[in-house]
Amino acid sequence: MAETDTARGREAVDAIYRAESRRVLATLIRLLGDFDLAEEALHEAFRAALEQWPGEGVPENPRAWLVSAGRFKAIDAIRKRARLTSLDDAPEHAEVVGEDAAEWSDDSVEDDRLRLIFTCCHTALAPDAQVALTLREVCGLTTEEIAHAFLTPPSTLAQRIVRAKAKIRDARIPYEVPARAELPERLDSVLRVVYLVFNEGYSASSGAALTRHDLSGEAIRLGRLLMELLPEPEAIGLLALMLLHESRRAARTSTDGDIILLDQQNRALWNRELIAEGTALVERAFASRRFGPYSIQAAISAVHAGAPRAEDTDWSEIVALYEVLVRMNPSPVVELNRAVAVAMRDGPAAGLPLVDAILARGELAEYRLVHAARADLCRRLGRTADARAAYERALTLTQQDSERRFIERRLTELAG
Amino acid sequence: MKYLCLVYVDEKRLDELPDEDCVAYDTAIRKNGHCLASEALESVQTATTVRIRNGKASVTDGPFAETKEQLAGFYMIEARDLNEAIQIASGIPPARVGSIEVRPIRPIRETVAAAGPKNRAARVTGS
Repeated sequence: MAETDTARGREAVDAIYRAESRRVLATLIRLLGDFDLAEEALHEAFRAALEQWPGEGVPENPRAWLVSAGRFKAIDAIRKRARLTSLDDAPEHAEVVGEDAAEWSDDSVEDDRLRLIFTCCHTALAPDAQVALTLREVCGLTTEEIAHAFLTPPSTLAQRIVRAKAKIRDARIPYEVPARAELPERLDSVLRVVYLVFNEGYSASSGAALTRHDLSGEAIRLGRLLMELLPEPEAIGLLALMLLHESRRAARTSTDGDIILLDQQNRALWNRELIAEGTALVERAFASRRFGPYSIQAAISAVHAGAPRAEDTDWSEIVALYEVLVRMNPSPVVELNRAVAVAMRDGPAAGLPLVDAILARGELAEYRLVHAARADLCRRLGRTADARAAYERALTLTQQDSERRFIERRLTELAG
Repeated sequence: MKYLCLVYVDEKRLDELPDEDCVAYDTAIRKNGHCLASEALESVQTATTVRIRNGKASVTDGPFAETKEQLAGFYMIEARDLNEAIQIASGIPPARVGSIEVRPIRPIRETVAAAGPKNRAARVTGS
């Protein structure tokens, strides 16, 4: 009897840990002003819950209980440490901790989660540290899990996190949601981290595919959280973009792990639920009239998703969206995508001069996809020798096995 | 004539220099009127670089002066936190063509003053 009670109590604590630990941590960081102290306090609070809840029952507001328990444990720890080192440090810390901040209303807790996200994604931290810290602190992944997903030794990753926390502390990066004026640039940095995590999981092939797939799931969860906390048009656009990409996951590789291009994919394998959700979000972002590059890329993805067959694709719409994207976010890669879309709308003879113009500027000379695009257009125009030369150039530039196999297949077809 | 003396050192070798020595020299040259301002810096790992390009601020981790860029001046500023320091740094005109490294000051005098007597006591008991 007592044993089943204990088991039930432990289950309750586990469930609350999964649901609340990140919120509690975010608030403890604000109250204690230090990441390490807050993590220790979180750990101690849950240890106390495991001891008390099975006997006394789960408190009415477990989150407030945990924050309060964590805070008291931290005060204890600071006092003990102060006795061991210098008494002079104690008042300063006690002031921070002792502040009667009974601010655990749901609003302030949600703000704390945003503060945590913006702090982890601060551009004064190295980009790889932003990613590691976000996955560790906001998503609650272990250092080992993150290291595994990024194919990095755990010790390297742990050090990255330690350094980032030291910089937050020593350079005094504030724990706050940026003011309106700084919001667009700071949000860009958060969105970049989320999209990077997503792509790390999405573009992976072979070996670690399973764990890396989880990274995409984690990025989508982050995107949902961000949209819930801060429904800015670009946050909505990014979530839409990720959902629309994710909807094609099952169709984009063959069982051998080979890439299947969009026009060759079996559209019956596309996830309709994700497409519906992503498309609705694109409309919401566009309705704001403050949308940006993520929303436009999502809109392009939604046009593809809306075509029952590849030949039904509305290329005029896609070209128009790329025109907007080129104006908003000029880059040779976006221009290349526009050129390919033009070739789809008006035929390869219309697209080739655009691709050649980009190549002539020399900016993308080392970019494998520009050569692959040129090769494809030449192939469709029957310019076999030019196509072969461009595929061979692309082949020397590619790093990915599945891409290499794809290009080799095309070269074999040209020879045949 | 005023001169700026810049301190360069391999941070791994900083331990060889007791903070007390640095503060003692600092006190001496302040007393005789030669020292106008001096501070120690936190580790290079706390550095943040601010640049303005096309009217937009770019903020990155680390000291990233280009090899072509030379030290041209300094501002010692008071700011609430790194965000305010970045905001002030991005207004410094050379941020538009060069880069501004923002690094927190290390309170070396306070540290030595606070630890001094106790360290001496510890050394006495230790010996």
